[in-house]
Amino acid sequence: MLKAKIFVQLKASVLDPQGKAVTNSLHNLGFANVADTRISKYIEVNFTSDDVAHVTTEVEQICDSLLANPNTETYHFEIVPQE
Amino acid sequence: MRVSVITFPGSNCDHDAYEVFNLRGHETKLIWHKDTDLQQPDLVILPGGFSYGDYLRCGALARFSPIVQEVISHAKCGGLVMGICNGFQILTETGLLPGALMMNESLAFICQHQNIRVETDHSPYTNGIAVGTVLDTPIAHKEGNYFIDEQGLKQLLDNDQIMFRYCDAKGKTSSDSNPNGALENIAGICSSGRNVLGMMPHPERSATDTVSSQDGRLIFEALERFVRAIS
Repeated sequence: MLKAKIFVQLKASVLDPQGKAVTNSLHNLGFANVADTRISKYIEVNFTSDDVAHVTTEVEQICDSLLANPNTETYHFEIVPQE
Repeated sequence: MRVSVITFPGSNCDHDAYEVFNLRGHETKLIWHKDTDLQQPDLVILPGGFSYGDYLRCGALARFSPIVQEVISHAKCGGLVMGICNGFQILTETGLLPGALMMNESLAFICQHQNIRVETDHSPYTNGIAVGTVLDTPIAHKEGNYFIDEQGLKQLLDNDQIMFRYCDAKGKTSSDSNPNGALENIAGICSSGRNVLGMMPHPERSATDTVSSQDGRLIFEALERFVRAIS
């Protein structure tokens, strides 16, 4: 059975106030090399299928219809066997 | 006027809206989100609150409620739909309004009185209100930071779809009068057909004698003028 590991991220053109706050905190902690931080969502979806091509198509549909907002977000994913 | 106020699991301003329209003498109904009959309203209200606990993204799950398909049909036939706060978020998620509501720049939930400036009188919601009029309306949200891409913003500007901007008491817009980081101080927009309004401020919380501001009444009076004129 397959699992999709899905990352939903803000588009590069969209400001990320959470990321900015984390960057400031990391600077306060002394991590001067940190240039930027972007906060993403990580979502796992388990399937009852072993068909990689079919699951890939479904994950794209799932992301486009619900998990990502095309106005502000992009996504990428990988399909792996369930543990 | 017949008004249908939709209640989602997690709505918390549905009764405020109901009370305002009811007190103004309108035939007002609360419609549960699982219903599929809007009951032929002149106006649909998508109220404020935290539909579906704001899971995933604010408004993202509410759009799959059965009644929302009816709301979309109503809007596409030119029917009036007003989304307030979470209702605005739902309207962007359904695609009835462009753009998105992002987390406030300060990352804080903001609950305060807020001045907004009327940007156009060319709409069912602002007809008869002088452009530049400042309204004192409460805001209460964490995700009200309006965002739209450059092309979308151009369309909003070209089509006169920006209805309200955050401003100071004198009507001046600046970053100081912008509570949440919204692009161009945008507090509310309408659809290209002008029948769908989304706004983060709460006119229904500033429209009765028992609260400190009654400025929201101007919007409801405009709606009444519009519906009377087309009836």
